[in-house]
Amino acid sequence: MSLAEPAALPVATSAAPRLDVLKRLTTRFKASLPAYLLLLPSLLFLVLFTYGAMGRVFVDALYQRATPKAPVRFVGLDNIGAVLADPAFTGAVINNLIYAVGTAVPSIALALLFALALSRTHAVSTALRAALFLPVLIPMVAASALFMFIFLPNVGLLDYYIGRLLPVLPNWLGDPDIALYAIMVITIWKNAGYYMLFFLAGLQAVPEDVMEAAHLDGAGPYMRLRHIILPELKPTFLFVTVIAILNAVTQVDHVFVMTQGGPSNSTNLVLFYIYQQAVEHYDIGKASAATLLTLAALMSLTALSFRTMANREGGA
Amino acid sequence: MTLFNRVFRDSPLATRGEITPKLGFALTVLLAIVWLIPFLWMVVATLRPASDGINAMAELMPSLKPTLDNVKDAWEIGDFPRYTINTTIICAGILLVQFVTITLAGFAFARLNFVGKTLIFYLFLMQLMLVPVLLIVPNLSLVAQLGLYDTLTGVMMPFFASAFGTFLMRQAFEAIPTELEDAALIDGASLLQRIRHIYVPLSMPSFSAFAIISVTSHWNDFLWPLMVINSPDKRPLTVGLSVFTKTAEGTQAWGTIAAGTLMVIAPLLVTFLIFQKRFISSFVTSGIK
Repeated sequence: MSLAEPAALPVATSAAPRLDVLKRLTTRFKASLPAYLLLLPSLLFLVLFTYGAMGRVFVDALYQRATPKAPVRFVGLDNIGAVLADPAFTGAVINNLIYAVGTAVPSIALALLFALALSRTHAVSTALRAALFLPVLIPMVAASALFMFIFLPNVGLLDYYIGRLLPVLPNWLGDPDIALYAIMVITIWKNAGYYMLFFLAGLQAVPEDVMEAAHLDGAGPYMRLRHIILPELKPTFLFVTVIAILNAVTQVDHVFVMTQGGPSNSTNLVLFYIYQQAVEHYDIGKASAATLLTLAALMSLTALSFRTMANREGGA
Repeated sequence: MTLFNRVFRDSPLATRGEITPKLGFALTVLLAIVWLIPFLWMVVATLRPASDGINAMAELMPSLKPTLDNVKDAWEIGDFPRYTINTTIICAGILLVQFVTITLAGFAFARLNFVGKTLIFYLFLMQLMLVPVLLIVPNLSLVAQLGLYDTLTGVMMPFFASAFGTFLMRQAFEAIPTELEDAALIDGASLLQRIRHIYVPLSMPSFSAFAIISVTSHWNDFLWPLMVINSPDKRPLTVGLSVFTKTAEGTQAWGTIAAGTLMVIAPLLVTFLIFQKRFISSFVTSGIK
């Protein structure tokens, strides 16, 4: 049997290799047909609104209209150049970087604190978790409406209770040096409870017996955190950081409601810039070029984080 | 101190004397109170009569003469019933179509073998990273070309396919023993019948988890409906609230703004307080979204 096989194989394949491959492909394709039909509805919308949209961004970024009614004309990389040369765009990028770091770091640190404090389940910690999670549920627009009053000069909540202690009352949303930090507060308030959930889930993976052993060896709370808990939470950190950065780019509704990018562009973020170009200036070319740059940045970020995760897993 | 002892009752005996975890807990309690202040202000300000004046607006102590005037004003100025209906239509419409698309696609990935499975799987996976909100410009022009500008269908359409939901359903379907399907196969059930009568009923927890994530996120969507919707009577709650806030801000009617905000978030908050455990576990799975 084992001797006969090698002899039989070449004969069988040389007889009609092309036809055979073609036939095999058709039968395999026929067998796949039900799956394709099931996937069709999803693929249709993915093609229209995700992949097709990316293609259109790519093409639109290469064209320009002189006036909103003029015919489009091919301009190559001019739109990209124009966006990069636009101080409003570079300003928005810098603001967005400050905003990303200034929201991601505090909200992740707070989330870790909350998770560590509330990792044991009992009535008190469940109630506290719910309280910290409430802001996650509400629309950013609603949060903005509440914080608009909190930051209101003189009569607002902040000035009423804390502002009295300061020598000069700052205009939280009206001062270009402060406004960006004021809107960061909203984001931290809204997202810390969300990230807390991931740390709570991550803490479940910390082995109880290792903690106990460390404790018996005389490791205090800080040592246990530093040498057992934090290493165990590394994947959670990476994952939450990516989400926090994505949120910093995409979750900008409060800029629309509260500041409109002002005062003097100090709270202008990238997505708001894109919106302004498209809706207020009807400049689809520039809006698409800015979208393209942002997409490229975000995709390389995710690719990078996936690679670090893959490397980590490969090394472990 | 008795509270502390009770909270730390089930921690290992030897660690109960440690002070750092208690400090951390105390700080968390303090911050949780701070976290609730905006909500507290919203409720107190909603019930505060306008006669208290603007200077008492920030007072967190409830007014002694509570009134529902602010709610009435917001209800009349804001057209909130219409906004609520629109948001409900949008969320329900998206969810219903998503249920169909994610069930079919989830089943294909879980149980069928086909040419190009890996490639198509990656096509889905990539959608998780391409944040749809960034594609507002090209999607707006597509919606306009389809003649759906200023329609609720236009608001819903980009969300009809969900990679997150597909993965969730794939996971749920893979956990269902194939013996059940084989039995139905012997009885002559067709593919769609098997999905409908075996896979779907056994995956209800995953459907409800997905429904929570989908409805919360589309209830809160703002930028996309803001761009698609033009007529005031088609605005969803978020867009309506932002317009309402802008108008009321001019007249310094903060009590009315608080009342309007309360009306917008109350449905979600009440649902959350009832199904708290479900919400929390759903949001943990939503991380991969």
